[in-house]
Amino acid sequence: MSRLRGVLAQLKADQRTALIPYVVAGDPSPEGTVTLLHSLVEAGADILEVGVPFSDPMSEGVVIQQGHERALANGMTLRGVLQIVAEFRERDLETPVVVMGYANPIERFGYEDFASASAEAGIDGLITVDLPPEEVDKLDAALRHRDLDNIFLISPTTPDARIRTIVERATGFIYYVAVKGVTGSGQLNVTEVAERVSLVRAMTDLPVAVGFGIKDADSARAVAGVADAVVVGSALIDQMVRASTADPALGEIQIQQAAVTLLKSLREGVDSSLS
Amino acid sequence: MTVDVTAELFTSMPDSHGRFGQYGGKFVAETLMSALADLEELYRKLKQDAAFQREFDLDLAHYVGRPSPLYEAARLSDQIGGARILLKREDLNHTGAHKVNNTIGQGLLAKYIGKRRVIAETGAGQHGVASATVAARLGLECHVFMGEEDIRRQSLNVYRMKLLGAEVVPVTSGSRTLKDAMNEAMRDWVTNVEDTFYIIGTVAGPHPYPMLVRDFQSVIGREARAQSLSQYGKLPDALVACVGGGSNAIGLFHPFLGDAGVEMYGVEAGGKGLETGLHAAPLSVGSPGVLHGNRTYLMQDGDGQILETHSVSAGLDYPGVGPEHAWLKDLGRVQYVAANDDETLESFHRLTRIEGIMPALETAHAVAYAEKLAAQMTPDQHIIVNLSGRGDKDILTVAALEGIEV
Repeated sequence: MSRLRGVLAQLKADQRTALIPYVVAGDPSPEGTVTLLHSLVEAGADILEVGVPFSDPMSEGVVIQQGHERALANGMTLRGVLQIVAEFRERDLETPVVVMGYANPIERFGYEDFASASAEAGIDGLITVDLPPEEVDKLDAALRHRDLDNIFLISPTTPDARIRTIVERATGFIYYVAVKGVTGSGQLNVTEVAERVSLVRAMTDLPVAVGFGIKDADSARAVAGVADAVVVGSALIDQMVRASTADPALGEIQIQQAAVTLLKSLREGVDSSLS
Repeated sequence: MTVDVTAELFTSMPDSHGRFGQYGGKFVAETLMSALADLEELYRKLKQDAAFQREFDLDLAHYVGRPSPLYEAARLSDQIGGARILLKREDLNHTGAHKVNNTIGQGLLAKYIGKRRVIAETGAGQHGVASATVAARLGLECHVFMGEEDIRRQSLNVYRMKLLGAEVVPVTSGSRTLKDAMNEAMRDWVTNVEDTFYIIGTVAGPHPYPMLVRDFQSVIGREARAQSLSQYGKLPDALVACVGGGSNAIGLFHPFLGDAGVEMYGVEAGGKGLETGLHAAPLSVGSPGVLHGNRTYLMQDGDGQILETHSVSAGLDYPGVGPEHAWLKDLGRVQYVAANDDETLESFHRLTRIEGIMPALETAHAVAYAEKLAAQMTPDQHIIVNLSGRGDKDILTVAALEGIEV
């Protein structure tokens, strides 16, 4: 069993909800990203989601957009992301790493080449925002071949029949987008999310992660009650931006600490929903 | 180049996946997939619907002022020598450019599908103005996304949109031009997909947009073809149009694609010269990739990041191009070339001074290439240039380039 599926199965057996932080590779700095990933694991992350910066991140709200812009200004590339994960794996062979990005850098790299480089670096799965089932055949084949998971998004606007098509193609877990909108936006309606998640569950045994719109321990707790995993991105990045804006003299480790502190409280929120 | 394909191939595209060969498709976030499917279904139905088509045709006749004339630029042709240059006068349309053909069509779609709010992206502002115009007429709320850089260089159009009741939303991300405006419009659409119709201004974006924008703009080529036959008793020898996203070019070219004797030239923005890297010419020097919902030729670096573009004209300042153009390039049916800023400005002045027609800077790229092409042809041959827009919006840019304060 793959690392990702193994961890998710264990969490399910333990009746725990997974916590998945998202950060952009190369933000705040390329050198610091590996340290940040280890710190997030120590703070309670079960799975890591690493964003590949792109010049035109169409599904991101302004917080993550600016993270992408900073990472690109820092010279981060898709090759750089592979190196970061490989370096992370030198000290952590347990925590699954999922890479989230847009099609063009992967297409440019070559789907086959990227899949084999990902497997070699120790990446466990991939979420490609702009590769819906209709466009994913080539990447899918390349990933399947190397036992990498291809994780699909399902949104509030996905019709029932389409959910069925998506879950048939998906492996690893399903990523349910909790709000209509870009990352970090919108008001979370937990009742609505719960209804949609149970609809998805009726069609698949895959774990369901919920992301977009989870900002704090309360929203993490509420979502944890209905999901197998909670994904948090914008709120973590926003904390780091606030910390470095408030005190421009802060070192990177201190900036990262702002995200780590939030993740710890999210961990508590997630765990408290089960008791 | 000989073209070894049948006329039917051109009318059969895109295929059921929205692809033109390997180009096109629907590379968007899941949230938009059902909206695109709804739009495609509605459009396929309305395309066969006589009442819808009659309403579209009447609007084009009575509101836009179609057909637009096919005018022989006799003095320009005499001065250049060689082939006769005919201008398809899209600049005479209501709102001053070809863009309105498409916004009339999509405005009707918005009405039929029952959306109360429309959004649009714009570069030069012509599509924004055309969208705001249609929204005003249909009583729809309109938001136009425009890069901060373009707001600065197209201030007249910005004010026109405001007068028409639209909200112009400045886009400050990325290069602050057309591509970023499109990103922001997509983000708005994802957020408000249930009550909002996205009026895309060019033949790029996810399927079905490249198809439906082409269909709405093809009125240009259908008219030009009929006018050429009735006015001159023959088809033209060549067609020339500027290409940013490529809507005016596909509108002129498409009805002629099956006419093997008609050569076609799409003119990209050569900026300061293709060799400088400061241009907006993905078909001339780019490579295939995925942006804004479709696979097409892009200006990108080795890591798949989209490059910033440069052009004197805001409307051509875009790193991608419609997928049908990418396909036509690979097929060899259309030749894609570039005109740089300097030759474009020269042609802008020449057409203004000797024909009394002031072209948009986008359009002046096509004029510049047509002049070169004509000089290599003979007086019995005809070139039709799509005079896609008028240049009033650009006078401040031209004045500034020449150090003149207006």
